[in-house]
Amino acid sequence: MTSVLYDAQGPRAKRRNVLYTALFVVVLAAVVWWVYLALDDKHQLDWALWKPFFSSEAYSTYIWPGLRNTLTAAALAMVIALPLGAVFGIARLSDHVWVRVPATIVVEFFRAIPVLILMIFGNELYSQYTDVSSDDRPMYAVVTGLVLYNASVLAEIVRAGILTLPKGQSEAAMAIGLRKNQVMRLILLPQAVTAMLPAIVSQLVVVVKDTALGGAVLTFPELLSAANTMSGYYGANTIASFTVVSLIFVIINFSLTSFASWLEGRLRRRKKSTGAVLGAQDVAEIAGTAATGNAA
Amino acid sequence: MFDFLEGYDVLGAFWTTVQLALLSAVGSLVWGTLLAAMRVGPVPLMRGFGTFYVNTVRNIPLTVIILFSSLGLYSTLGVSLGTHDTDTLNFRLAVLGLTLYTSAFVCEAIRSGINTVPVGQAEAARAIGLSFSQVLFLVVLPQAFRAAVGPLTNVLIALTKNTTVAAAIGVAEAATLMKEMLDKEALLLQISAVIAFGFCCLTLPTGLILGWVGKKVAVKR
Repeated sequence: MTSVLYDAQGPRAKRRNVLYTALFVVVLAAVVWWVYLALDDKHQLDWALWKPFFSSEAYSTYIWPGLRNTLTAAALAMVIALPLGAVFGIARLSDHVWVRVPATIVVEFFRAIPVLILMIFGNELYSQYTDVSSDDRPMYAVVTGLVLYNASVLAEIVRAGILTLPKGQSEAAMAIGLRKNQVMRLILLPQAVTAMLPAIVSQLVVVVKDTALGGAVLTFPELLSAANTMSGYYGANTIASFTVVSLIFVIINFSLTSFASWLEGRLRRRKKSTGAVLGAQDVAEIAGTAATGNAA
Repeated sequence: MFDFLEGYDVLGAFWTTVQLALLSAVGSLVWGTLLAAMRVGPVPLMRGFGTFYVNTVRNIPLTVIILFSSLGLYSTLGVSLGTHDTDTLNFRLAVLGLTLYTSAFVCEAIRSGINTVPVGQAEAARAIGLSFSQVLFLVVLPQAFRAAVGPLTNVLIALTKNTTVAAAIGVAEAATLMKEMLDKEALLLQISAVIAFGFCCLTLPTGLILGWVGKKVAVKR
């Protein structure tokens, strides 16, 4: 174990570690004990409140329909946002000022605004100007909000993905006489798509998490609102319902995150390509800062 | 065109948003730094706890955490955070939720800062006879904190936008105001423009200024 912070440990350091571990165990046990007492005091640990989650009814009636809505909204948003994002990402790399500047303004604008604000906007938009039925409206609103926000993030990911490719790729393409659009279409984009895959999967985690906003604020019947409905039906088992729902979110998102990092590692080790890849770390960089110059 | 704003406290709502963001930023900086210390420290159990916390909290939607603060901690378990006034209580619960959630991201930002420092730096520092604490405080951490400014800026911007989730438990901030205005007025575009402009004023300058600072202080390698 070599780290930049400390050397391999000698006998004294090892003894100190044992002491720290013991102290930490005591503190942790105290916290767990306090939580247990609080839960027990309010009768939140009674078997009756947890029992529903060990039969199929809770899953088939509440959790699965909610989960299906969550996944549908996330998938729809991603599928619509990807091509939009690609268009704006490429537009931001354009040589023409009149294409580049508007695209930049649009992308920066939608990244600066919270996704919930965009969802509320979408909800009102559909209720005032369209005849989408009030049952479908929350789904439309959630997907609209997610698309507007994530298309702008994906635009940045696409741009960064193209910029991570070695310069030699486009230079060689131009040298054999390809036109600008051929360079982009035949050489850069196909390679950028694979480089971007891990980043896109990481973004999917953000999309899945953001669907829960629709459940809390816009009466969208997704997984989180299923927890509310359930705790009403099964005798106020708020703690149990939220625990189960959180666990499902963690399982889904943790699998996605693990898949993204596995993919990243695989793409980095590939022999056949330039080894250019955009990872989860880069996405955090991209999703946050506004207009801080080139990503590469 | 914007005269409908007379009846609403727009600045007050955005002031609540700013307060939520600043208080949660301070809280998550403290807890996140502690988590980062656990995750890079030499004690295996603390490392495990830090990793577990970050991976769990990062993968739960913030909305779930904030709703749980209200429905689980307050309504079910009676955690009242030392106040009986509903508005104050919801505000504090929102800060608690935002802090617990954002800490995981702060921890990762600081850790990524530490990871940019090459091991050679510490080895060289030990080679010239500096003690453990000198290596840490004179060589490694200054470089790590400089490298963490950029990632921490991203976390701060995300936090500013995430304060809107507090609308789910009725904190009177910008998103709540937007819903309220939309209920009463039929001026969708104007109302959205005002709220969007408010957020642009909060996030864009922060990103530009701190992004520039981050680039400036980062050690070029």
